[in-house]
Amino acid sequence: MSNYPANFRYTKEHEWVLVEGDTGAVGITDHAQSELGDIVYVDLPQVGSTMTQGETFGSVESVKAVSDLYAPISGEVTAINDSLAKSPEKLNSDPHGEAWLVKVKLTHPDEIQHLLSAEDYQSYIEG
Amino acid sequence: MVSKVTPHLSQNEPLLFERSSPGKKGYQLPPLDVPSVDPAGALGAGNVRGELKGFPEVSEVETIRHFTRLSTWNYAIDLGLYPLGSCTMKYNPRVNEAAARVEGLAWGHPYQPESLAQGAMEIMAVLERYLAEITGMDAVTLQPAAGAHGEFTGILLMRACLESRGDARSAILVPDSSHGTNPATARMCGYEVVNVKSTSRGLVDMEHFRSLLNPSVAGIMITNPNTLGLFEENISEITRLLHDNGSLVYMDGANMNALAGVSRPGDFGIDVMHLNLHKTFSTPHGGGGPGAGPVAVKRVLEPYLPTPRIVLKDGTYRYDDNLPESIGKVRAFYGNFGVFVRALAYILAHGSDLRNATMDALLNANYLRAGIEPYYDLPYKDRSLHEVVFSDAIQTKLGVKTGDIAKRLIDYGFHPYTTSFPLIVPGAMMIEPTETEGKQELDLFIDAMASIAKEAEENPDLVRNAPHSTRVKRVDEVTAARKPIVRWEAAANDQ
Repeated sequence: MSNYPANFRYTKEHEWVLVEGDTGAVGITDHAQSELGDIVYVDLPQVGSTMTQGETFGSVESVKAVSDLYAPISGEVTAINDSLAKSPEKLNSDPHGEAWLVKVKLTHPDEIQHLLSAEDYQSYIEG
Repeated sequence: MVSKVTPHLSQNEPLLFERSSPGKKGYQLPPLDVPSVDPAGALGAGNVRGELKGFPEVSEVETIRHFTRLSTWNYAIDLGLYPLGSCTMKYNPRVNEAAARVEGLAWGHPYQPESLAQGAMEIMAVLERYLAEITGMDAVTLQPAAGAHGEFTGILLMRACLESRGDARSAILVPDSSHGTNPATARMCGYEVVNVKSTSRGLVDMEHFRSLLNPSVAGIMITNPNTLGLFEENISEITRLLHDNGSLVYMDGANMNALAGVSRPGDFGIDVMHLNLHKTFSTPHGGGGPGAGPVAVKRVLEPYLPTPRIVLKDGTYRYDDNLPESIGKVRAFYGNFGVFVRALAYILAHGSDLRNATMDALLNANYLRAGIEPYYDLPYKDRSLHEVVFSDAIQTKLGVKTGDIAKRLIDYGFHPYTTSFPLIVPGAMMIEPTETEGKQELDLFIDAMASIAKEAEENPDLVRNAPHSTRVKRVDEVTAARKPIVRWEAAANDQ
């Protein structure tokens, strides 16, 4: 059983967000990386662009397929994880830590109410 | 040292770059019989290409041997079953090739005057008419060069029609079981993609579909039968609801080989669709192509078809470019003509028996399904048409995945099936035998699949490390994708 951090919030599309103050770090879940298989490429938005909850903001490519990334929360992108361009395998080895995707300045912090807790996400993927 | 100790059949083949030695040539030019001109002076130095570093220099016979040797490594439909689901790899009857090689057709030139190209033009006009009849549509363009090109053309036609009504609208519905090219096409044509969910039976979820209908919906791109090989049983209701919504209906005709001669998309409400001549109509596929993706439309879309269109007037065929509402050309000249000849030959050879080819394709798919089902998980159990999608759910528990089983099939002498597609089936194994195969070949394939299922239980490493019998063992596709080397470079000590 995977360990889903309790301070993260999750989407049914298998992204997570960690909100601290008015910023959020966004990534994909351990379940997502396990379903995708070996990840070989990540397409991330540019710093300064905006993302909207529920809409795509990039994609991840594994040896099996290209999958869209859905924004768990709306905001302006303040940083992207450049290291994933060279080492996409980090998304397989440490999806909840080193392999965060983007950091955003939240524009609608209330949206977090619509996301799943670790417990709810766990039962969602096991259901 | 003896450097050649293996016969060519098992000998590895170096790159052409590695065969190069300075000064070798594969051509001979006659002496220059006009005054020599300095290209830099005539064209400007910036337009003159410099020498390419490491460009291979080889003789003609070395070039021929290199590519001929490589060609002996290929697996082909002429060697055995090619069960790639969704790709419809069927036999290319030799009579098609004979027709395409008739001198006047093989050497026809697109700049030939109309008066000297009447035969070729008649072939295209007749093929258009037959395709319209088979699909139940009103008019056809043969121009698009392949399926995705046909999709692009078709959605541009929809957009042109909607724009003429004053509202191009903004969204295209795409079922989540669709071909990956469908959402890509919608985006290329400037539309937002809205996914329609599938039910647990693998068909369009009607409740979800209805909830998505609103005045922003330009249309749907639907594949029927869908990528699970299932007929969308609500298709008439789906097309009626879209028409009531002022939307148009695009059908991806990649799976038309399951319908030809049995059911006509035009009769169940489709407005525009493409056909893959290299799938349904047996023309060569892949590297042996080129392909062709004709687009068939109902009257409402005919004014927008690409120029030129072939018209028959007073017993003479001519090209009509005077079509003011047309979206314009989508391909140089008239499309891939040689493919049209082969497709027409296939249709004429079958005549009204085209239906039998379709029924045989369905029979073969269902025969394989019944033979394989005892060993593999079948997630969607409705009756299959021309292809069937299993999953690796049973074998995954043993650590063996769809890609492993596919690679093990190579050791049994078969081309792998389609892996990991459609995306709504985790670990998909998509199998399409086509009407080409007889019972013997199908039985061999079933035996191979059964044997691999047993191996997965008894010796999973054997399957995980397959293929074992090939010249090149399993390639490291992860590293190849993560750290691709896309250009040959001479080793430092060779320079």
